[in-house]
Amino acid sequence: MAVKPLVETDFYRMQTRLALRNCGVIDPESIDEYIARDGYQALARALLDLQPADVIQIMKDSGLRGRGGGGFPAGLKWSFTAANAADQKYVVCNADEGDPGAFMDRSVLEGDPHAIVEAMAICGYATGATEGYVYVRAEYPIAVKRLEIAIAAAKELGLLGKNILGSGFDFELFIRLGAGAFVCGEETALMTSIEGNRGEPRPRPPYPAVKGLFAKPTTENNVETFANVPQIILHGAEPFAAMGTEKSKGSKVFALGGNITNTGLVEIPMGTTLREVIEVIGGGIPGGHKFKAVQTGGPSGGCIPAEHLDIAIDYDNLSAIGCMIGSGGMIVMDDSKCMVDIARFFLDFTVDESCGKCSPCRIGTKRMLEILDKIIAGEGTLADVDKLEELAYHIKENSLCGLGQTAPNPVLATLRFFRDEYIAHVTEHRCPAGVCKSMLTYKIDPDKCIGCTLCARACPVNAISGKVKEVHVIDPLKCIKCGACETACKKVHAVYKG
Amino acid sequence: MLKKISKLPFTGTPEQEAQLQAIIASVDGDKSLLMHVMQKAQGIYGYLPFEVQAIIAEGMNIPLEHIYGVSTFYAQFALAPKGKYNISVCLGTACYVKGAQDILDKVTEELGIISGECTADGQFSIEACRCIGACGLAPVMMINDDVYGTLTPAQIPAILEKYRNA
Amino acid sequence: MTREELTAARDAAVQTMTNTPQGKPITRVVVGLATCGIAAGATPVLAAFQEAIAAAGLDSVKALQTGCIGMCQFEPLAEITVPGQEKVTYVNMTPDKAREVVQKHLVGGSVIEEYTVGAVA
Repeated sequence: MAVKPLVETDFYRMQTRLALRNCGVIDPESIDEYIARDGYQALARALLDLQPADVIQIMKDSGLRGRGGGGFPAGLKWSFTAANAADQKYVVCNADEGDPGAFMDRSVLEGDPHAIVEAMAICGYATGATEGYVYVRAEYPIAVKRLEIAIAAAKELGLLGKNILGSGFDFELFIRLGAGAFVCGEETALMTSIEGNRGEPRPRPPYPAVKGLFAKPTTENNVETFANVPQIILHGAEPFAAMGTEKSKGSKVFALGGNITNTGLVEIPMGTTLREVIEVIGGGIPGGHKFKAVQTGGPSGGCIPAEHLDIAIDYDNLSAIGCMIGSGGMIVMDDSKCMVDIARFFLDFTVDESCGKCSPCRIGTKRMLEILDKIIAGEGTLADVDKLEELAYHIKENSLCGLGQTAPNPVLATLRFFRDEYIAHVTEHRCPAGVCKSMLTYKIDPDKCIGCTLCARACPVNAISGKVKEVHVIDPLKCIKCGACETACKKVHAVYKG
Repeated sequence: MLKKISKLPFTGTPEQEAQLQAIIASVDGDKSLLMHVMQKAQGIYGYLPFEVQAIIAEGMNIPLEHIYGVSTFYAQFALAPKGKYNISVCLGTACYVKGAQDILDKVTEELGIISGECTADGQFSIEACRCIGACGLAPVMMINDDVYGTLTPAQIPAILEKYRNA
Repeated sequence: MTREELTAARDAAVQTMTNTPQGKPITRVVVGLATCGIAAGATPVLAAFQEAIAAAGLDSVKALQTGCIGMCQFEPLAEITVPGQEKVTYVNMTPDKAREVVQKHLVGGSVIEEYTVGAVA
């Protein structure tokens, strides 16, 4: 029997690797291996064969949209900066991948750092910038190290610095480390942070293309967006534009995780359905559980229920159901998850990460979290659910930056698709998934209990009574709902949540 | 973000200050490199007490209040020392749906301190972190640079014991 | 560097990646050393490959680090490309398995199927 190659596994056969073309193939610390794979040929083509306007036209024709979540057309963004005359312009690469559970950008920086170096130089040429900054999360030390090696190697060969490839174009690249603030993934906050300040966002307009980093015209894209650029410039817009859906071209990288058989980094053509990603590439839900929802866009996105699994993934289809592609985190949840608890998890995150500059986000998200806490504690009412929804819309409308404007999304999406769970929490004081501790009681099924005493011995508060070989009982007044008895009752599964 | 500010007396040495001064000198007055200097300073001292922030303020000619503002804004800057063993339990989404909260609760229970605190003997500190990027191994925690993956609460006491006896 | 030099560098790099200076075709062993691979223990796996390859005197085999191969739960991952043959992906590698792969696959020429991705996915 022939050995099954990787490309024939269910995990890989539907994938197309553009942004990840060199990841897992070349040694990321060797510029020679990057050059062997046509590295820096796109830069040569841009600098020596094309005018800046031609480069921008190719980017526009390719249909590449920002992969950081916003989905703004990259070529258009570049053309705005190019149109503004200034003594100094900048290119900024957003590598502050803050969505917890997403690691696409980290993988590109760790696996193919030269692609980012090359793309930023191309962007600099197209927009008239001579300096670039890569803003990387401090939590990514390996990515930083490999990027430093890449920049040094490119400089040594004259692929960065003065008069690149004899074209007369100069470009320098610098790395700046973040320090753990989610809001710095927002482009204006990121620039404020590079300048050495608290990373608070600035009102737009003026847009960064007019007044960005150090108050100069600036083009900002994220890592994955840049990773696509060299291939587009080298091979032209057509191959990229031929892939994907009408308004979302090319491919998208997702970090697939959560309650799914195959976790990993997945790059698929736009237009692949969620079902294909979860059931074929992801291999479905393990442990005999059923699919409940998939969260895309992290704390700014929403959860998508089973009835929408046949949606073709692209920017507009996901926005149409109140979710977003986001930067590419894709967390699958099985039927043991409580959607109110998940909404609370994301909101807790945004409350913690809100920079405090504008009141809708600073105060509003906190009030939303308090309402969710009340519902989870079993003290919520139907009026609370309505108030939660009303607040969510106000915060979306009135927040200063993308963080606040999208912070209510996880709540709105769960309210939209799993409203019955909220209703069960507030009217029946019941958590259908059995997660919210205030509402659940542990019980022992007398028909299953064999009186082995394992549960009574595991109980930290002596809430379980019963003699050996007799049915045991849990005292609900003493029980702290830690679940130790359920874990201990492995043999006969007599302990259950009711 | 609410930060725990240490009340312990400052114990910096002249050697540490010389290292910090060298870093301040190396940025050559570029104020945009403040965070870089603060990151290096935290590497030297383990945290950023006011005394250290004052040295940076003086050396870079930046108001102390600005430096304090930056230090309280970013999660990475610590205003209180960490334990000899710093435990970061990942509470990223992938870890959360795989039971990371139970892991954090167990560590909290075992050590008797909450996230952001340090044990009285200075051995352990706990923090909840957002995604260390090892989502395939969820739930994950790190003790200093060691990564522990696919954890269950039951494994926690034995793991901590290894460090207690180290 | 000029464009001509860049193209020459590319051709030279392709040559270095495919053939030894003596003209022997190179077998590439890559181990995924991104953050998750390293967390799963890929660094000692790569070291074991390199030591075992040197010990076996396989001068046309190169073991290198690479970025994320993609399948997190099977880390550490190693991929072996023998010229003219289909690439073989080994999963859940350990230093011991790496040494065994060097002996059986690289020296002996037979793939250890039970360690490959086909056995688990």
